[in-house]
Amino acid sequence: MGQITLKQITKSFGDVQVIPPLDLQINDGEFVVFVGPSGCGKSTLLRLIAGLEDTTSGEIDIDGRDATEVPPAKRGLAMVFQSYALYPHMSVRKNIAFPLRMAGLDKNAQNAKVEAAAKVLNLTDYLDRRPGQLSGGQRQRVAIGRAIVREPAAFLFDEPLSNLDAALRVNMRLEISELHQTLKTTMIYVTHDQVEAMTMADKIVVLQAGIIEQVGTPLELYHTPRNKFVAGFIGSPKMNFLHGSYSSSHGAESIGVRPEHISVSKTEGIWKGVVGVSEHLGSDTFLYVDIEGVNTPITVRSTGEVGFRHGDEIFLTPDPEKIHRFDNQGLRIS
Amino acid sequence: MARAVTTRRKTINTIAAWAIGLLIFFPILWTILTSFKTEAQAINDPPLFFFFDWTLENYAIVQERSDYMRYLWNSVIIAGGSTLLGIVIGVPAAWSMAFVPSKRTKDILMWMLSTKMLPAVGVLYPIYLLFIKLGLLDTRFGLTIVLMLINLPIIIWMLYTYFKEIPGEILEAARMDGATLKEEILYILTPMAIPGIASTVLLNIILAWNEAFWTLNLTAAKAAPLTAFIASYSSPEGLFYAKLSAASTMAIAPILILGWFSQKQLVRGLTFGAVK
Repeated sequence: MGQITLKQITKSFGDVQVIPPLDLQINDGEFVVFVGPSGCGKSTLLRLIAGLEDTTSGEIDIDGRDATEVPPAKRGLAMVFQSYALYPHMSVRKNIAFPLRMAGLDKNAQNAKVEAAAKVLNLTDYLDRRPGQLSGGQRQRVAIGRAIVREPAAFLFDEPLSNLDAALRVNMRLEISELHQTLKTTMIYVTHDQVEAMTMADKIVVLQAGIIEQVGTPLELYHTPRNKFVAGFIGSPKMNFLHGSYSSSHGAESIGVRPEHISVSKTEGIWKGVVGVSEHLGSDTFLYVDIEGVNTPITVRSTGEVGFRHGDEIFLTPDPEKIHRFDNQGLRIS
Repeated sequence: MARAVTTRRKTINTIAAWAIGLLIFFPILWTILTSFKTEAQAINDPPLFFFFDWTLENYAIVQERSDYMRYLWNSVIIAGGSTLLGIVIGVPAAWSMAFVPSKRTKDILMWMLSTKMLPAVGVLYPIYLLFIKLGLLDTRFGLTIVLMLINLPIIIWMLYTYFKEIPGEILEAARMDGATLKEEILYILTPMAIPGIASTVLLNIILAWNEAFWTLNLTAAKAAPLTAFIASYSSPEGLFYAKLSAASTMAIAPILILGWFSQKQLVRGLTFGAVK
């Protein structure tokens, strides 16, 4: 079981309140991602759940029991840190066995569990090495191994992939997703990378300045962002925002259109502009188009190759079904 | 051309380093040399360097007059005991300052260091009176406590510096893994800080070994360590340079040997954290 409920929890450091009163329900077996820009309080929130930080007020329930005052070791949660946080003076075997040793398991049981975890994570050949002799990806696997042997109620991941290079990050992302499918244990994952959030999560929690902006499935956030912040944060490349005459015709303070929801033409369309930079990825082309009365260039994502170059005149047509409208508070008008 | 300049500079640096090293070592070398001279040769003018009649007489006389082993044993107990006690108190203290600092942590550290700026003689009276009242005068236990207390600020400062280098996340990981505070310090922090703890231990043994103010003032016969052994030969009644040198050589030999074998550790310890 791994159901976690946050009830009106707050956290202050001195006079600074980093988490205003916050409620959140995390269901058993869910893969929940906390995402937001740096400094939004997502790591603090995770550390509150872990018990590494004390809550200033409010209650944290784990599987129906109040765990607010329970020390981290007794919460039944396992954590994977950004820096891996392996014990450098211990072999991989001893690292993975450490939580079992702390739990007082006998040597044979420890070994059996370590071997099993090592097999799942492809670490069998490295069990007698020290963390310093491993690559970044292997270290991250050891950290995950140390977490899974405990059979925790939930896994907490604190930006676990940010120290890895891009290629490895994609691999580890898949491995963690597979792990979740195998174990079916609750996972809470903190990241600032919205691609990680979109690809891995069952449920995304978007945070800004300690406040939950929206909770929902990846596609809910993509299709119906609650406000401009979520709209701009989720999706890559970012959503285009237009104001003034562009939005008033839609009866809104501002409108947002995703780059993939704009079609291009050389002859006709709703907005006329000039191509600035164009990025050709083969599979996609990103065009940055300057249109009159808009300060930032409009990003357009077209599939495959399109025949536009720098300086070309271009007509853009947003898909009318996919235009997001926002009021003067930045909230979605449905 | 550039290479030639580098080589010449290297040579100059090497010569300079050796010159400074020898200058610092010279008093010790002179003491050792003098300990092998006769009393007459010891005060000879001009001073005699290597060409004199080498003799072990002084060592024999010193050993005959006073029981070197007893002083040595007292020194070992006092220096070792005070260091050990200091580490036992210093590790948890440094842990809390490094990993759960409060607003006042820096002030407390500075305050502790400031006690080292006080001239020791300033508190001689109160400590002496306390020692009389508590019956600690001329006991190894009393001296161990005093030396531990005067070196504790250095122990805590050194350990604090080493602990600061250990990432807090590793300790948090241990906490998540179910380690209690005691287990966290014992199984994770201490093994990771072994190099730092070792150099702290070494430096403090040396400091306690060489400490001469309290050891001379608070002991008479029973608990007197090697510092008192040396002092007993610097009597105002006559000049016994050769015997004084022999006693000094005997007193510093153990610590010199310890220092020699652990110099790598000491240098690493003292420069730790200076360059990141």
